[in-house]
Amino acid sequence: MNLDSKIPAGPLAEKWTKYKSTMPIVAPNNKRKLEVIVVGSGLAGASAASSLGELGYAVKCYTFHDSPRRAHSIAAQGGINAAKNYANDGDSIYRLFYDTIKGGDYRSREANVHRLAECSVNIIDQCVAQGVPFAREYGGLLENRSFGGVQVSRTFYARGQTGQQLLIGAYQSLSRQISLGTVTMYNRHEMLDLVIVDGKARGIIVRNLLTGKIERHAAHAVVLATGGYGNVFYLSTNAMMCNATAAWKSVKRGALLANPCFTQIHPTCIPVSGEYQSKLTLMSESLRNDGRVWVPKKKEDAEAIQQGKLKGVDIKEEDRDYYLERRYPAFGNLVPRDVASRAAKVECDKGHGVNPTGLAVFLDFSAAINRYGHMEANKRGNHNPTNEEVIALGEHVVSAKYGNLFEMYEKITGDNPYKHPMKIYPAVHYTMGGLWVDYNLETNVPGLFATGECNFSDHGANRLGASALMQGLADGYFVLPYTIGTFLANDISTPKINPDLPEFLEAEKRVKDNINHLLSVQGEHSVESFHRRLGKIMWNHCGMARNEAGLKEGIEKIRALREEYKKNVFVPGTNDEYNPELEKAIRVADFMELGEVMMLDALNRSESCGGHFREESASPEGEAMRNDAEFTYVAAWNWNEGKPEMFKEPLVFENVELKTRSYK
Amino acid sequence: MDMNLKLKIWRQTNNKSEGHFEMYDVVANEHMSFLEMLDVLNEDLVNQRKQPVAFEHDCREGICGTCSLTINGQPHGPNAGTTACQLHMRFFKDGETITIEPFRAGAFPVVKDLVVDRSALDRVVQAGGFISVNAGQAQDGNAIPIEKERASQSFESAACIGCGACVAACPNGSAMLFTSAKVRHLGLLPQGEVEEEQRVQNMVAQMDKEGFGMCSNIGACEAECPKEIQLYNIAYMNRAYFKAVFSGEE
Repeated sequence: MNLDSKIPAGPLAEKWTKYKSTMPIVAPNNKRKLEVIVVGSGLAGASAASSLGELGYAVKCYTFHDSPRRAHSIAAQGGINAAKNYANDGDSIYRLFYDTIKGGDYRSREANVHRLAECSVNIIDQCVAQGVPFAREYGGLLENRSFGGVQVSRTFYARGQTGQQLLIGAYQSLSRQISLGTVTMYNRHEMLDLVIVDGKARGIIVRNLLTGKIERHAAHAVVLATGGYGNVFYLSTNAMMCNATAAWKSVKRGALLANPCFTQIHPTCIPVSGEYQSKLTLMSESLRNDGRVWVPKKKEDAEAIQQGKLKGVDIKEEDRDYYLERRYPAFGNLVPRDVASRAAKVECDKGHGVNPTGLAVFLDFSAAINRYGHMEANKRGNHNPTNEEVIALGEHVVSAKYGNLFEMYEKITGDNPYKHPMKIYPAVHYTMGGLWVDYNLETNVPGLFATGECNFSDHGANRLGASALMQGLADGYFVLPYTIGTFLANDISTPKINPDLPEFLEAEKRVKDNINHLLSVQGEHSVESFHRRLGKIMWNHCGMARNEAGLKEGIEKIRALREEYKKNVFVPGTNDEYNPELEKAIRVADFMELGEVMMLDALNRSESCGGHFREESASPEGEAMRNDAEFTYVAAWNWNEGKPEMFKEPLVFENVELKTRSYK
Repeated sequence: MDMNLKLKIWRQTNNKSEGHFEMYDVVANEHMSFLEMLDVLNEDLVNQRKQPVAFEHDCREGICGTCSLTINGQPHGPNAGTTACQLHMRFFKDGETITIEPFRAGAFPVVKDLVVDRSALDRVVQAGGFISVNAGQAQDGNAIPIEKERASQSFESAACIGCGACVAACPNGSAMLFTSAKVRHLGLLPQGEVEEEQRVQNMVAQMDKEGFGMCSNIGACEAECPKEIQLYNIAYMNRAYFKAVFSGEE
């Protein structure tokens, strides 16, 4: 298959502007006649649905939640990047573009990333106009902070709840379109299949989660904004219901899944506490602005901490190893996520971990509390403050910046992070891989678009912090509303799509058969137990470090697990009721197929790049080593009835020179 | 440390059937979250081939607003400023009996067991809880400076997660705290001030239409709100409402 990225000609900085002004568009009188399905109501989905509604399309939006405001974008904490250069620190659209390309370890498309950087500035304006209460300076202007992998302050934020505030902004815009009647909202409806008619995506099959009714919904085009597949690992920072089913079913209908092995392991999450654990909680990357990461230098100190005989505060300054500052002096604690995660793993593997399982490192705010305390005392004209005064003032500043995160940490762990350093460990957080899309955000299936985390397009092999919100909203507010016109302009005389076409009936039958099968197995083990086992296979064989033998073994294990699932899963209840166990059973079955493709991709890509670390491809110091000669391409996979095939889209770099990514 | 607990849980097949309490034993430990304790119970029930207890949950980080349990009579349980998903078992005692019910309110019909339908809250927002601006119409984000304190006050109201605990806590089943938080969030900002009169009237009208009760200044909503949204939001909304109604312009 030839993968045409459809990148417009011309100089990088002019491509999008020129393309926007010359692409085919649909006249207002025709927009009303064209129906668009948007699946998902997170940042990418809600922004797309509301913007398409504003343009006049007849939009139908679907979420499996009880309300569109629940989507997992809401949990993003730290912020959203934009090349505003309000901080006057030398930021620019080019610099944001360059940082993102470099941060992604040169595995993303130049043109897409540049467009993202261009749109970033409009997003902030749009969100402010919607009433998003961003943090402000005393002068009333917007405040910025820094994030990992960059050397400027370009991150806009709303305390530790930026995702929530941005999603509420998008949800309110969506609510307005619902009230105007341009968007019809389907809550508690989960997409279970894609319908293709004459080679074009023309509808979806959904299950009404309240009644179990399987419904056929038709439209001229389908947009998937269904998020990432991190829950394939069972334990991740994703919400419990995040799943890959909509995207995966589309792959089974012919869409391609690009770079599925590119998974982001976030360095600062609250460590696992026991087998019953259902999910992991992220501590925002913004904490690394002020928190210092360390482990004890001496192994015996670490062991004493592991056994509960010593605490972090007992370890003297000279016996602490601030390993990120030591290894990466230029970026220190603000190295990108993949680098920070691997470094934590290295220390813990050496036996320097700091909790009973040995799988945790410290994130320490004592230096920041001290520094801010002195600054505040100076501001108050107190040049000889006591230690207690400094700490009280410093804690106040830290609380104003990160208060809700500190509270969350204390609620979960029972430890006070003002007094004792936080314990953190890496966890699965985001998936850079996703549905293959061209410059128009259209998949290889005509009429099927993918936005936000659901697509693969902008983050290469590693996403920088505060860039997911940026991408979701850029796609939904400023890219898709234009580019969808390139497809729909050819459909202006196509009448309403009929959901009784044979293609719809066939897809509906497929969905019903699958559900009937799952309910009829009546085996011995719960869906949850299979999901937990799947997660362990993925984490052990396709986690923070991967190698050929491990991946091959993992593939065998996952195939065996899938066979066992078919014969031995137990799903209680019936289809015709509210049945969360059945919902989960469908999702886990899809994860088990997707997990295999992730491993195949990881096996094929024998280089290390970004979040994908192949042990065979590392420098003597343990840094990841890319292989540009062989792997400067996007690997896009089909399912092919269980015999996945890979297609290559070569990545062409015309503006950026491929370098070894160094944060030293 | 293991904890042996008795759970008294509301079971109800659907909104047409009668509900009742059932007793369950569960072994938990102090590090579990409350919902993980329910996961353990459900896995146990599934292994015994019984119907698991339906409850809603998603982010488990206290921000999505999906979880909706009344624990020992209190929406989201005993801890102030904490959603049920952020509540941990170390706040309960070994041997304790814990009563778990859905959020109770006339405007929140029970879907199943502990799951309720809160779509009425969405419809209140649809009635006017927004600023009318299309994508692409915005001016520069720094064009209008907003006083830091004002932005921060707006944020306090915007922190509402739409869980509906305020409604469940209120003996009148009123949604005043929820609605007023949205009115104040937007009304305090220069961008949102423009539409305030229309917004407040439309949202209050929708609130009444959905069957939410009146406010009689009891304050249970504030006490149970997991995001600690304050009663002065209601005062703000009343002021805005009267101003809109008596301004004489239609």
